Amino acid sequence: MVQRWRERITLTDLLMWVIGGSILALIIWGSTATLSSGRYTSHHWFDFLIFGLAQGSIYALIAMGYTMVYGILRMINFAHSEVFMSGPYTAYFVAAFFYSTGFLDRHPLISLAVIFIVSMAISTLIAVLLERIAYRPLRNAPRLVPLITAIGASFFLQYTFRGLYGSGFQAYPVVKSLEGQWDMGDFRILKFQAVVIIAAALLMGALYLFVQRTRVGKAIRAVSEDKEVSWLMGINIDRMIVTTFVIGGMAAGAAGVLYALMFKQVHFFMGFIPGIKAFTAAVLGGIGNIPGAMLGGIFLGLVESIGPSLFLDGLGIVAPYQLKDAIAFILLVLVLIFRPTGLLGERLAVKKA
Amino acid sequence: MKKSIWQNGIKIGLIGGIVAILLALIGMVEAFNQRDIISNVVSMGHTLLFLVVLFLGYLAAKRTGRIRPFLGFFNSLTSGLIMGSFVALLVLGGSVIRLRAVFINASPALYQLLTFNQGVERGILILLLGGAVMGGIAGLFYIIPTLLRRVLIVSVGSVLGVGVLQDLLRPTFALWGPLAVINEWLFATNGLTLHGAISLFILMASGTLFWAKRGKSIQASWQGLSLKKQQAMRITSIIFLLILLLLLPQILGLFLSEVLTIVGLYVLLGLGLNIVVGYAGLLDLGYVAFFAIGAYAMALFTSPELGFLNFTFWGALPFAIILGVISGVLLGIPVLKMRGDYLAIATLGFGEIIRILVLSDFLRPWLGGAQGVGKIPKPLVGTVELATPQEIYYLILAGCFLVAFISWRLRESRLGRAWMALREDEDVAQAMGINLVATKLLAFATGAAFSALSGAIFATKLGSVYPHSFNVMISINILCLIIVGGMGSIPGVIVGSIALVGLPELLREFADYRLLVYGAALVAMMLLRPEGLWPEAVRRRELHEAEDLE
Repeated sequence: MVQRWRERITLTDLLMWVIGGSILALIIWGSTATLSSGRYTSHHWFDFLIFGLAQGSIYALIAMGYTMVYGILRMINFAHSEVFMSGPYTAYFVAAFFYSTGFLDRHPLISLAVIFIVSMAISTLIAVLLERIAYRPLRNAPRLVPLITAIGASFFLQYTFRGLYGSGFQAYPVVKSLEGQWDMGDFRILKFQAVVIIAAALLMGALYLFVQRTRVGKAIRAVSEDKEVSWLMGINIDRMIVTTFVIGGMAAGAAGVLYALMFKQVHFFMGFIPGIKAFTAAVLGGIGNIPGAMLGGIFLGLVESIGPSLFLDGLGIVAPYQLKDAIAFILLVLVLIFRPTGLLGERLAVKKA
Repeated sequence: MKKSIWQNGIKIGLIGGIVAILLALIGMVEAFNQRDIISNVVSMGHTLLFLVVLFLGYLAAKRTGRIRPFLGFFNSLTSGLIMGSFVALLVLGGSVIRLRAVFINASPALYQLLTFNQGVERGILILLLGGAVMGGIAGLFYIIPTLLRRVLIVSVGSVLGVGVLQDLLRPTFALWGPLAVINEWLFATNGLTLHGAISLFILMASGTLFWAKRGKSIQASWQGLSLKKQQAMRITSIIFLLILLLLLPQILGLFLSEVLTIVGLYVLLGLGLNIVVGYAGLLDLGYVAFFAIGAYAMALFTSPELGFLNFTFWGALPFAIILGVISGVLLGIPVLKMRGDYLAIATLGFGEIIRILVLSDFLRPWLGGAQGVGKIPKPLVGTVELATPQEIYYLILAGCFLVAFISWRLRESRLGRAWMALREDEDVAQAMGINLVATKLLAFATGAAFSALSGAIFATKLGSVYPHSFNVMISINILCLIIVGGMGSIPGVIVGSIALVGLPELLREFADYRLLVYGAALVAMMLLRPEGLWPEAVRRRELHEAEDLE
């Protein structure tokens, strides 16, 4: 018995378990130290929780695009972060116009609707163009080729938008009716955070129903299951792939506006970090799996907002909030090592797709 | 049927029109316009637009003209007209609506430039006519005999090249007393002189014609030489090249030597990543991490500002490289089981983790935080301090030679073949008895060592290190240059570094559009020529297998 175990466990496995175990130990130690020091009250934790939920639902929306494209094409759409950036950046000009004419304050609902529609339209346009120009000709190329193309397209788009709209930060106009907070007994929720959470939840629900319940959604799932067979069944594969990009683009465009409402600025580089985070979320949930992406996004948002204070503060680390991105990436690497299938999903990291 | 005849011209014209408008709106045309190709005759910005029209017009002609050349001509004429009208529409739109509220580069200067300073009405007329004429020229270009076309391409290309690279050539000629006369003849204060351009054109045209007539016989006489003589001549030319490389900083002067050192550092980085990506096929997007580790190790061991250790450059160099190797192995172990996309994202994450850690206040007492570390000493050779770029150049050159030699020898070795087997198919490689763990870790470690060496030299060259020098753009830059040069090919890395790092340094106007062009180059490269500019033989065969079979 012992003999067999010794044969099966290699040195690298052992080393990885040591790394994982020590990180886990650090997390537990840090958390207990933080909690016992009592530096944060329950109000703090509640604020972190809500912020994490809002942040996480934005990640979840972007992650849908990653996960669906991966499901259908087996490639990481690295330029999805630019799909996410292009929409709100373009819609900024609409928002600024509404703001300067006072329309935004008089009819906040109509203006927000227009901003959402513009942002989603532009993001969808970019996603579809991307598919048509950069990815379609390479559908049967070796694996690295489309990935490199996607990286190239990502930088091309970033700097095209920089050239078009300028390189500075643009401050998104503030919607007055979304300022302030709601009090719920002892706790408070900032209005815009609540709006972000609700809007994202509605959108995700709608997209999920679309994919699960409609004919087109069923066809998309069929194509991601097996391209050839679904082609034989009379499904137009090209159209389904484009539809996937459209859905991903719409989700990313909406997520972009929510992101802009939350952080109140847009920038040509704003897509990069949320893009990687959303990919992390997709992997966390199990790539190719839509509910997984939603769950992963929210989980990542929570870890990011609660993690620095909970794990790191107790370890006596100065300014732990600076390290929140590092926490997200470490989480990504840990998931890839110990559970490449993600929380809910099939094993794809090792599978040769 | 009528529709299909004009289809190509219209389609390409529409694409070209969008491209031209985009080029204008992202500010590329205006930025390039600061410099003239031929002084007071044609500027770089206009040239850019002309080239778009000419190239796409030629494409339109080629698509349709294979059977009936004149149809091709009319197609390219149409496409030129459409492109011209798109730009005219932009000018018209700009004169009616204030586009600048959204598009930051839609300035009055841009419109003046697009209309050749002629006002809106006449400008639009010029644009329509000019587009048609340019398209027509492109069509004619397709009809004329091949030899004439080649002569035109070479000579116009070299005039453009000399015009674009004037900042490189002018100071170089100026350093050499008698050659300075060329400067007077060729260059005005901004761009080529008209007579200079014409004489250059004639020179190149006659050169190409001569080569077309005599080239074959020269090649034949070269092959007619005995093997020994051929080898002797080869060795002489290599020695000549070596001497040239050694004298280069003296020939080129201070500014260009600085550019050379940057190119050299990227060659080092590129050769390292070439082992990981090109040989072993492991796509690493966090390669900059090792560059940072090398640079920070150098700072940690030498800088009196941190005050831990006060090693000299040479004392710290081995430690920097060893730290690079260790970190390569440490970062390699977790990703051993990952493939392709997952590996790319995980390594990207690693690169960011290293940068965030270095930047954080938490490690500030050890690594200096956002302010970085200064006072890194310059390397001493004997008693001579290598301080100026011209002196550091030799250090980098030596490093490049060493690293190129190592990667050249590694490629033919057992390990190199194992890497390439890994690249082709991991499962089959394992079945053939290759130890995947050791092979992958060796690839990561070797790549990391080269990168750390580059980082260490970078730190001593600048005298200080800042976390902002190590962002993900560097990784992308390096990836671009090995892909453009040709994955797995050593000369490819050098060609790629010169093209993607050296040229942008020389073209100041280009600086803002560098990553845009890189991105476009990556996409275009993958779509049209996935094997790169100077590919490795195996890879070229592999990627064009299907075409060869046809």
